[in-house]
Amino acid sequence: MTAAAPGKAASSATTSGAQETAASDPPTPSAERRPAGRIRPGRAIAIATAALAVAMIVGVTIGPAGISIGSVVDSLAVRLPWHPAVSVPGIDVAIIWQLRLPRVVLAALVGAMLAGCGAAYQGVFRNPLADPYLLGVAAGAGLGATIVIVTRASSQLLPPAAFAGGLGAVVLTYLLGVGAGRDGQARRFGGGTASILLAGIAVAALLTAAQTYLQQQHSQTLQTVYEWLLGGLSTASWSDVTLIIPYVMVCAVALLAHRRLLDVLRVGETEANTLGVNVARLRLVVVIAATLGCAAAVAVSGLIGFVGIIVPHAVRLTAGASYRIVLPVSMIGGAAFLVLADVAARTVQSPAEVPLGVITAAVGAPFFLFVLRSRRARQDLM
Amino acid sequence: MITVDRLRVCFGAATALDRVTASVARGEWLGLIGPNGAGKTTLLRAVARLIRFDGRIAIGDQATRGLTRRQLARLVAYVPQQPLLPPEMTVSDYVLLGRTAHIGYLRVETSADRRICAGLLDRLAMSAMAGRPLRTLSGGELQRMVLARALAQEAPVLLLDEPTSALDLGRRVDALELVDELRRERSLTVLSAAHDLTLAGQFADRLLLLDKGEVAASGSPPSILRDDVLSAHFGGGVHVLRTAEGELAVISRRRARPAD
Repeated sequence: MTAAAPGKAASSATTSGAQETAASDPPTPSAERRPAGRIRPGRAIAIATAALAVAMIVGVTIGPAGISIGSVVDSLAVRLPWHPAVSVPGIDVAIIWQLRLPRVVLAALVGAMLAGCGAAYQGVFRNPLADPYLLGVAAGAGLGATIVIVTRASSQLLPPAAFAGGLGAVVLTYLLGVGAGRDGQARRFGGGTASILLAGIAVAALLTAAQTYLQQQHSQTLQTVYEWLLGGLSTASWSDVTLIIPYVMVCAVALLAHRRLLDVLRVGETEANTLGVNVARLRLVVVIAATLGCAAAVAVSGLIGFVGIIVPHAVRLTAGASYRIVLPVSMIGGAAFLVLADVAARTVQSPAEVPLGVITAAVGAPFFLFVLRSRRARQDLM
Repeated sequence: MITVDRLRVCFGAATALDRVTASVARGEWLGLIGPNGAGKTTLLRAVARLIRFDGRIAIGDQATRGLTRRQLARLVAYVPQQPLLPPEMTVSDYVLLGRTAHIGYLRVETSADRRICAGLLDRLAMSAMAGRPLRTLSGGELQRMVLARALAQEAPVLLLDEPTSALDLGRRVDALELVDELRRERSLTVLSAAHDLTLAGQFADRLLLLDKGEVAASGSPPSILRDDVLSAHFGGGVHVLRTAEGELAVISRRRARPAD
């Protein structure tokens, strides 16, 4: 351990808020007051942002059409106001603006939502294994999507149906979970998380059963349903981006605004109550915000596993467990991670695509085992 | 300052507290004593409104029932028996959590909050460890830090649940002396639950003896720490000694065995 800082400097790097950037770090001996091996908070945000920028450049540049980087830059430029006078083939412009860019942007939004919501669920349920699908979003969205596919309704209806299904499942889980449980004392004072989590498992099982039944009854659409469930962004378009962006904004702003209260919750429901936090209300608000964002992400991308677990835990291990850091860095890092995973999904077997969920799980499962075996993680996963 | 009127707490079919009426004056230290399961912690939790109860509890002239969590946290600070301590959180971040009730919903700490916490750490001689993660602190240091968090709430009432059970004898006295000094400095009203009857008698102005959820006796330490009163509730092995300085020490005696 490093030596304690002298004097009575009460401010520490981890409490200076999410807005802090590397440049604004005061020249205090904050390095001494930080646990060894941790990245400074401002720097963690800067690193994640740089990673996202690189990921997006890679995502726009790499593709089966083999457009040179110069041509990519020119194609991007011609759509901007006051663009320099360059001539690029119209086909390149179309590929960049109608195929690659919306796909990269959508991957970033979905990754940010899955990772940010995973971090929020882990904080609000005080459970390191919580993921964005915990309360049945995935099963509900899967059922909604399956209904649209098997009834051969317009594919335009797919995202809204998945969104509605995911939202409906969480509402059901919450109503059943909060109403259930014989321990009225615990429920009233915000301590009844177990019954909500168990209700989530039951609702997910029920909706998955319905979804599987529908899927088997309509074998001619089996392939389509299966592909949707595996998750992917191959049909990404600007309309998907505009569909989810309001929910993404609401979710991101609401979660980041609760970062300090999630830190208070790290000392447990009871103590958070005595410190002046209405834990039951905090949990409800965070769950609503996270569910909106998560359902929106699932609606346009299907089920992409592990992002919501591995990204927040990677952030905790490298930059500390304060939600002032975990939430923003998870969102930015999750966006970068999913953009890169999507690049892998479309290049590993090019021109065929590997399902995105396969890529994230293939990277995620080994990482998750590493997290479980890490000594420090056992000490402080929350 | 604290008024408890006909308090009744039930956990399912079991009655944990019944007909408990008590009051604590401003600046007074009331020690709750009683055998295991007597309801000491339950009474503290009811005052902190962590459990449902029947009857009335008021802080000053404010009934706690109608208050929001934030309002209550500005009146009552609670030091639990076993606080949950995130191992990687730093001491100063932990103490800042005590400011929650003074920070607007969705806001973050101001420099004034930081100043208050820095002042408290200074007062408790902990400034040097402000930046250390909790896992590197000793039991006595953690105890002082939790106290600092409670004081950061700037509440007039301090509830202590077995505040010293994890400490060695010397640290226990140190911790309670510190509470007593702070009580006098800030005219805090203290309600504490304790198993150590000797210490309870040394520090509390008055003792409230609970047994099976009801008030068995209350009064000054000498009037409660008597062989006849204690043995009726703790069993016959409890014995009160008076030292040469007039202090009361409660000891337990082994049961007599037939001589060989």
